[in-house]
Amino acid sequence: MLTFILKRTLLMIPQLLLLSILIFFLAKQMPGDAVSGAFMGKPNVSAEQMEKIREQHGLNDPWIVQYGRWIRDALHGDFGQSFVHKQPVTQLLAGRIENTIWLSVSTLVVTYSIAIPLGMIAGRWTRSWADQFIVTYNYISFATPVFVFALLMLYVFGFVLNWFPSGGSVDIRIAEETPEYVLDKLKHLVLPVLSGSLLLTYSTVQYLRNEMIDTKMKDFVKTARAKGVPENAVYRNHILRHSILPIAAFLGYEITGLIAGSVFIETIFSYPGLGRLFIDSIMTRDFTVVTALVLISGAAVIVGTMLSDIILRIADPRIRFG
Amino acid sequence: MLTIHNLRTSFRINGRFHRAVDGISLTIHRNEVLAIVGESGCGKSALALSIMGLHPPDQTAVEGSIGFLGRDLLQLSTSELNQIRGKQLAMIFQDPMTALHPLWKVGRQIEEPMKYHTTLSTKQRKQRTLELLKRVGIQKYEHVYQQYPHELSGGMRQRILIAMALACDPVLLVADEPTTALDVTVQAQILELMKELQQQSQTGILLITHDLGVVAEMADRVAVMYAGEIVELAPVNELFHQPRHPYTQSLFHSLPSSIEKRQKLHVIEGVVPAIENLERTGCRFAARIPWITEENHDAEPVLQEIAPGHFVRCSCYRHFYLSDGKEEKDASAAAT
Amino acid sequence: MPLLQLRDVSVHYSKTGSFLKRRGAVIPVIDQLSLELRQGEIYGLVGESGCGKSTAARAIIGLNQLNAGQILFQGCDLSQLSRKARKQQMKEIQMIFQDPYSSLNPRKNVWNIIAEPLRNFERLSKADELAKVLELVQRVGLNEESVYQYPHQFSGGQRQRIGIARAMALQPQLVIADEPVSALDVSVQAQVLNFMKEIQEEFGLTMLFISHDLGVVQHICDRIGIMYKGRLVEEGTVEDIFERPKHLYTKRLLVAMPEMDPEKRQEKMKQRLQINKEFDELADTFFDSEGRSADLQQISDTHWARL
Repeated sequence: MLTFILKRTLLMIPQLLLLSILIFFLAKQMPGDAVSGAFMGKPNVSAEQMEKIREQHGLNDPWIVQYGRWIRDALHGDFGQSFVHKQPVTQLLAGRIENTIWLSVSTLVVTYSIAIPLGMIAGRWTRSWADQFIVTYNYISFATPVFVFALLMLYVFGFVLNWFPSGGSVDIRIAEETPEYVLDKLKHLVLPVLSGSLLLTYSTVQYLRNEMIDTKMKDFVKTARAKGVPENAVYRNHILRHSILPIAAFLGYEITGLIAGSVFIETIFSYPGLGRLFIDSIMTRDFTVVTALVLISGAAVIVGTMLSDIILRIADPRIRFG
Repeated sequence: MLTIHNLRTSFRINGRFHRAVDGISLTIHRNEVLAIVGESGCGKSALALSIMGLHPPDQTAVEGSIGFLGRDLLQLSTSELNQIRGKQLAMIFQDPMTALHPLWKVGRQIEEPMKYHTTLSTKQRKQRTLELLKRVGIQKYEHVYQQYPHELSGGMRQRILIAMALACDPVLLVADEPTTALDVTVQAQILELMKELQQQSQTGILLITHDLGVVAEMADRVAVMYAGEIVELAPVNELFHQPRHPYTQSLFHSLPSSIEKRQKLHVIEGVVPAIENLERTGCRFAARIPWITEENHDAEPVLQEIAPGHFVRCSCYRHFYLSDGKEEKDASAAAT
Repeated sequence: MPLLQLRDVSVHYSKTGSFLKRRGAVIPVIDQLSLELRQGEIYGLVGESGCGKSTAARAIIGLNQLNAGQILFQGCDLSQLSRKARKQQMKEIQMIFQDPYSSLNPRKNVWNIIAEPLRNFERLSKADELAKVLELVQRVGLNEESVYQYPHQFSGGQRQRIGIARAMALQPQLVIADEPVSALDVSVQAQVLNFMKEIQEEFGLTMLFISHDLGVVQHICDRIGIMYKGRLVEEGTVEDIFERPKHLYTKRLLVAMPEMDPEKRQEKMKQRLQINKEFDELADTFFDSEGRSADLQQISDTHWARL
């Protein structure tokens, strides 16, 4: 097992290298650059002045020099200066990464705690009224666009009922590292997390339901019943253990998907996370921030894939020894 | 020990129930191997699953009675049945490749029934599991205890299934095609093992099979099933030496080893009717032996005892000869 | 000249190496297999699962690369032929598969199933094609309407007949039947066996009949080869093998066959115990430390065994 994890980690190095080169070039191919983005709509800055700034920041050097400089700094945790926010990218990202991790982990926890029981109920009592209810809920959540649902949540619980704050990640008036601070942070998470997870349950419920229906028919379930295993234990120990495999294997992807892709939720709830920063940076052509963000989400995908591989290997002995 | 009376098992097909097992009555004695033999679709597996209560209840109706140790299994709730299944009544399945949980270690799977049926401690359960593995002829039992099913061969897995069935010393073992998925040499070993264990522990075995060879090797008594009914029931020697019912005779003559090499095998005309469109009056085999005229069949065929312990359904056996003509003389001689 | 000749054919599977360890172990699946099929005979290749009998069939029809040896069909080495010539030769070799449920495409009707090999090799007009298909369908004992039906509408035995009709469409010289009756019930098996024999006699076919069932092989085959761990350990006529088996493995297979007389089962069990004991003691001596086994020795004109 350890050698597998080691090998799998080593394999990530070339993947990450390739990713960084690819991102660097894609970013370079985008029309305009950080300078033209920063001074967009400011006609009093002349073309010569802009050229001078480019020269200063080394934006006219050959690509290999620029890439080398960028990757060396990136390895030291320095992604350069944001042209728009006028502060180091690392500093800009730090707080937002934390927020996004808060958001995505709690979304995931809520998603699974809703989806797994629902999937189990639907899979066990197929065609019961409960199953039909869950399947209907599933279709609705699949068909509802996240921005519509999130806006609705925001309107009902944020404005009309005013139960939860409608934006931000925490009230800045509360001092950090107090219980009130954590509580307030959680309070700010409620709406974005619910909006995200109520729609995200779709795939997990559907997967688990289908897997359970499939597994119910398997011979080893008959064997378990023939052994006199009580019905609840048949489902809990035999069927669920087998059905949960694909979902466990999906966990890694799920996490990275959330880190890289909660753009809508973060924008609608003005939640200061990576997703919103990404949109903003693209709009202002903040080259350094965009590359840093794409690199982070790309790396998250690679790490997530590895995580999934490792989880699957732990969970399934047939792969472990194969 | 097990007394089945007028068992009828019906499956729902397109909204209507059709009987796959149609009025079976049987008794299995302690320490006896009773074989049920028949071709696919005759209802033999449905019979086995009915005894074990393993049919999905929404798709199946099971009627009649199955008396076992003084109780009617069909009247029990699932939780009451679970007190018996795996304890006094155990089952071995056909395909050892799929009948074991792929994600559980072998040891845990054998221990599971003990967890529900005995008061043994974890340590004692492991002790007993290792003994069982030894008893079913696994030499490296401590190693196998720790292995997963996919690491083992088919023969080994079947031994594991047998060990699992024996975990709580059952008095009756239902074995559904236990060797069909195995190679001949492995089949011979597994049959031998079952025979040996059966003689040691005085367990009764209900052996479901399509293979007359397996019957000859294992059984004390044999019931031949066709289209949901028992058509012949006899002690094994008598059935093999004097098969009476036309279906039984035809089966024996279809076997490649039954006749001189290069001669044609006997072919039964037509096909086994599907249970949805089975004619349920008269002799069910009549359509497949059209050269036997209608007046030679009973209107309502029942099992008649023609010799001690030898039962045959319908009188048509008295007039039967194989259409190939070869047996014509013997049959007419037997009839007179 | 024999119709088909395998000369020291070996097929290996190499375990895929990981990226740290380049070359995995080489596992021989068949090792120096030599056999000859004469025109018009049925040759039975017998062995237990994993002995390499199906790999041999796949090698003959070109689905497995050979690691060594030659396969000669009508005297020409199949691997030396050009693509086109090879395709022409493959027309002469057809296969019948074990599972009549999965070897027929469920979305095609019988017409399309049987016509498929015809379309690959011959350009026929639609009318000619239908005529040919109808002829085949009648030959295998199905009625004319069945050409418009789909596989699920047939029983297992009928499906196997469709498989046979497909194999016969191009009038091949050689038919390879891989466990053709293993999935069938006894009475259906009898139908299909009778029928295969009929077809074989009518067309003077040569047949390679692969099976694990000695009873079936005894009934239908002229000569038999016994395979064990990728090697041919004994070869002979049906009488040689069943009445005068020489190799211990052959004896073990024979004694494992179910005894059809219940009164003799005790006796049979004793024989089995004895042969298995012998086999367990001697099994290690079949192969030397490098995995080679004894050469085939000639016992009579027709009978060979590795001793």
